[in-house]
Amino acid sequence: MAPLSSPETTDAAATATAAAGATTPLPSSAEQVALNRQLAQMLKGGVIMDVTTPEQARIAEAAGACAVMALERIPADIRAAGGVSRMSDPAMIKGIQAAVSIPVMAKCRIGHFAEAQILQAIDIDYIDESEVLSPADDTYHIDKTQFRAPFVCGARNLGEALRRIAEGAAMIRTKGEPGTGDVVQAVRHMRLINSQIRAVQALRADELFEEAKRLQVPYDLLRSVHEAGKLPVVNFAAGGIATPADAALMMQLGAEGVFVGSGIFKSGDPAKRAAAIVQATTNYQDPELLANLSENLGEAMVGINAQEIELIMEERGQ
Amino acid sequence: MTTIAVLAVQGAFIEHQRRLEALGCTVRQLRHEADLQHSFDGLVLPGGESTVQAKLLRDTGLFAPLRTLIQEGLPVLGTCAGLILLAQHLDGSGDTTNLDRQLAAKRTAVDGFRTLPVTVQRNAYGRQLGSFHAEGLWLEDGAAHPDGAPLPLTFIRAPRIENVGPAVQTLVTYQDAPVAVRYRNQIGAAFHPELDADNRLYRLFLDLL
Repeated sequence: MAPLSSPETTDAAATATAAAGATTPLPSSAEQVALNRQLAQMLKGGVIMDVTTPEQARIAEAAGACAVMALERIPADIRAAGGVSRMSDPAMIKGIQAAVSIPVMAKCRIGHFAEAQILQAIDIDYIDESEVLSPADDTYHIDKTQFRAPFVCGARNLGEALRRIAEGAAMIRTKGEPGTGDVVQAVRHMRLINSQIRAVQALRADELFEEAKRLQVPYDLLRSVHEAGKLPVVNFAAGGIATPADAALMMQLGAEGVFVGSGIFKSGDPAKRAAAIVQATTNYQDPELLANLSENLGEAMVGINAQEIELIMEERGQ
Repeated sequence: MTTIAVLAVQGAFIEHQRRLEALGCTVRQLRHEADLQHSFDGLVLPGGESTVQAKLLRDTGLFAPLRTLIQEGLPVLGTCAGLILLAQHLDGSGDTTNLDRQLAAKRTAVDGFRTLPVTVQRNAYGRQLGSFHAEGLWLEDGAAHPDGAPLPLTFIRAPRIENVGPAVQTLVTYQDAPVAVRYRNQIGAAFHPELDADNRLYRLFLDLL
């Protein structure tokens, strides 16, 4: 086991732990990575829901969300509003932290490490470096190894996923095409990542060096995928999931849990739909139950066909 | 062949399943009331989110039959969220440091089995940034085992056992406080044995069968 204390930890991190009343020494950076990946393991089989108010957060928690994503506008509204979309007001995030006991996540812009520092300073449970917000840096992602707070990042293929993990991401999600209610991109990304993993598993060990070069990823991470047959972190589905059937589809395609963004609070009966998606994520292999869950949910979000939109968020940050 | 049922409605149940299979058990996942048709010798309640698990236990029809089985003596191991589901009393609704107490008062309560006579405080060490690895003291008959190695402990947004009932035996301590306890057929742990390599808590659980 690695040593329990480390001089590398930041003042902000020390404050956060002191505020929580813990007397435990701060973990080393290697241990923090392990702890952050382990938190993601606890979220598995669960549904993470986008919320914009403490009241929505309470509805999400009562419906069985395993975490909430606190943001000022859900992706469908960000898309509709246009303009520059930024990190949410910390006061708004704190209101949501107060309203629920489940983990609270928040988004920062791609490459905007100052927004990430602010989110860590308010003791956030997870930071989503998200393509849904306007990118702050068109070249570099955040060096997530410099943070104690865990990060989740979007990925469309194995190369993107492993590059984000190399930068310190403790959890991966498909990018999907946020705010559309169209699941087609999430399906494409999940299928591609998993088929690429199967292809890497099938390679000879001496072929991994060339494959690492081709995918533009570190060799060690690629070797871990070759040996384990899965990413070294948890992989969730995100983008366009709007119904219990969508959640069951993504789970059957190999997702370890799902994010639901606009799909819940853009629908007719959010509490009922949220609870149905939670149950569908647990019992994704039970079509009879899924049929019951899908009955009388009211109107689903109208959605936008992903082929009809002009702003392609999934292409942000590769 | 020993068969262990692992509650698989949400959380880190695969991790428990792999460990139990490595120890020679057959594992059955419980996701729905119909999964109770097959018999099993013991039950594991894994880590995850206790609010989610408590709700899904009811929505799936698993709650009442499992509670009866635990009360009738079915050996059960609850870790982290599983400990919260077993605890008779919960203190507070999780970490509220620097947060609006009035908003926090309206948080969703966890309504678990309430079969283990302990009081547990949820997220007692803080939010995710308060998660940590440590080492605990493995006790035997209430005293440190003479040649017992320290037990690796992983605490993830962990609960704290604040009070234990009179017949509750402390199995593991950290900083002189209990972090794993046993009461008759029930073992509850605030940490995650499924995430570390030590098998002692699993063996103790399997000895209850």
